[in-house]
Amino acid sequence: MPDSNVYARPLLAVRGLAFSRNETPVFGPLDFAVDANEALLVQGGNGAGKTTLLRVLAGLLRPDAGSMDIDGRPARHDLRARFVAYLGHLPGLKADLSALQNLDFLCGLHGRRPAQTGESAMAIVGLAGYEDAPLRTLSAGQKKRLGLARLWLSPAPLWLLDEPYANLDLDGITLVNRMVQAHLRGGGAALITTHGAYAAPPVRTRLLELAAIA
Amino acid sequence: MMWQAARALVGRDLQLVWARRGDAFQPALFALLTVVLFALALGGDAESLAPVASAVLWLAVLLAGLLSLDSLFRGDAEDGSLEQWMLAPVPLWWLVLVRTLMHWATTALPVILAAPLLGELLHLPRAQLPVLMASLLLGTPILSLLGAVVAALTVGMRRAGVLVALLALPLYVPVLVFGAGAVAASAQGLDAVGALLLLGAGLVLSLALAPLVAAAALRIAHN
Amino acid sequence: MNSSAKNRLVRWFHQLGSPPTFDRFAARWTPWAYLLGLLTMGIGLYGALFQVPADYQQGDSFRILYIHVPSAWMSMAVFALMAFYAAIALIWRIKLCEILAMACAPSGAAFTLITLATGSIWGKPMWGTWWDWDPRLTTELILLFLYLGVMGLYAAIDDRRNAARAAGLLAIVGVALLPVIRWSVVWWNSLHQGQTIRLLGESSMDASMIAPLWWMVVGTHLWFVGSLLARARADNLRREAGKDWVGKLAGHESLEQAR
Repeated sequence: MPDSNVYARPLLAVRGLAFSRNETPVFGPLDFAVDANEALLVQGGNGAGKTTLLRVLAGLLRPDAGSMDIDGRPARHDLRARFVAYLGHLPGLKADLSALQNLDFLCGLHGRRPAQTGESAMAIVGLAGYEDAPLRTLSAGQKKRLGLARLWLSPAPLWLLDEPYANLDLDGITLVNRMVQAHLRGGGAALITTHGAYAAPPVRTRLLELAAIA
Repeated sequence: MMWQAARALVGRDLQLVWARRGDAFQPALFALLTVVLFALALGGDAESLAPVASAVLWLAVLLAGLLSLDSLFRGDAEDGSLEQWMLAPVPLWWLVLVRTLMHWATTALPVILAAPLLGELLHLPRAQLPVLMASLLLGTPILSLLGAVVAALTVGMRRAGVLVALLALPLYVPVLVFGAGAVAASAQGLDAVGALLLLGAGLVLSLALAPLVAAAALRIAHN
Repeated sequence: MNSSAKNRLVRWFHQLGSPPTFDRFAARWTPWAYLLGLLTMGIGLYGALFQVPADYQQGDSFRILYIHVPSAWMSMAVFALMAFYAAIALIWRIKLCEILAMACAPSGAAFTLITLATGSIWGKPMWGTWWDWDPRLTTELILLFLYLGVMGLYAAIDDRRNAARAAGLLAIVGVALLPVIRWSVVWWNSLHQGQTIRLLGESSMDASMIAPLWWMVVGTHLWFVGSLLARARADNLRREAGKDWVGKLAGHESLEQAR
């Protein structure tokens, strides 16, 4: 049972959401909601529109139809910026800077969760000691972990994770699951896309199946 | 919130320039090369060079700025940083404005500082130097801001090269005309203040409007 | 206009936005626009060449004004129209306006080219050279580059909607800067060359000389409407290729039959 349900209404409520590109529909119309303390797994094969759905929810793309409510209010840019954290394919990290420099910049941009620092977040994701390492010396898996550290520092309650298990080894997969678990326990929520090949996080989850529109 | 984000972006850009400090001189080197080429094409004597020196300098600065436009947004677009900007709680136009001004400071300002030296190479009459510097200081930020709009429109494209120049140069015409014209006016004994004031007004307008348009263009291109 | 007539008009505009309806509309009116345009331009040219007396100063060479002036006006008007359509397309996201905005560009560029060519031909007897940096023609030249930029940007982006929106935004920026460009070129010209011979004589044209000009103005407008509809129709069909109604238009019962 949720031990801190700060948000009385669903964190995210979606009605009739649809998106098309070059006249071909990519997904929709979709109706679903995500409450606090729960995770929604979005499954579907390649080309089913999972990434596009997450980008629409994040506010990077405008949907053709439908509405989104965040915390009961219509989704606007400032509301989304406060409530939503997005981890996509591109991590948004500068190769010329060190790991810690990257984290500090992104925290300056998005804000930081109180009582967390760049160092503590890096320790949580298993990158302790790599603070001053130039980003280009890190492997793909380590860069992914750095992205997870940035996510950990974000104050936003709703996580949109696009293929969070990609590039990670078994330890990394466990890390993602543990992070999602802790985040949900703290009153957050998560939307996770996956091919379906990886184990689901051990939390209360629902499934959203996206069929590729032929 | 906006000042915090601006400080973070300024800090990041300074760190990036420091990480690749060799690259910072490239626009200035290009301007120097352009000046050398003009001198070679025109003949190195003072009679041929002095009358056109201010115009050649203006062109060298403008072309150097045009070439460096590519680095304004492309790096951030390719590694996903632009996405993070769009998701941030501060308006995108604010980040675009800060980024453009930092880009100007790191690419155009070195060239402007080199201008007196380049003027010597072109036998620029000393009396024209103050007006030239003033026109460059007022005009190059406008070029950066207008260039930001063009760079934003083409940020998705792989080999935008000549297309960027084709899009930017018509927009650059008023700045070039009033900038180089200010120096030409003062050379003829006329008052350059009018042209410089017009540049100043253009700068204010560009500061207000260009970031908004560039932000809209970035969103379109990022679709 | 009473409210039911106004409602019908509003409904008609909405319907026009649907691709098959626009296709029918364009297919129907394009030939008429071209025909009427050719007709009126023919009348205007006849008047320009044979009815209007020769100018006492320039002889017969001034007659090219009857092509030059309408082309110049069209080159500016079409750019403004393009920016107008683009603004509507960007604010209200209406696909038809995206198509119309992009369809304006090639016609506008053509008018600009004609303006430059006729201006150069007209100027030769007066200046002695094919090109003199006359402020009006210089502005037309920069306008040509703006048109080419819009067309180039539209062609360079893969996604058609994004391409139209990006090129449309450029057109809006262009239209906002065009007066500034014009003003700067005039200032530049006065700075470097002093007084210039104005290409267009003072507008104290005799009434008998103006009539063919208005025929030409109307004719070029009609011709432009024809070419706009034709181009927009083609772009519309290209975008909708693969849909059932396009297949039916091509004479197939259904898309399956087409394959």
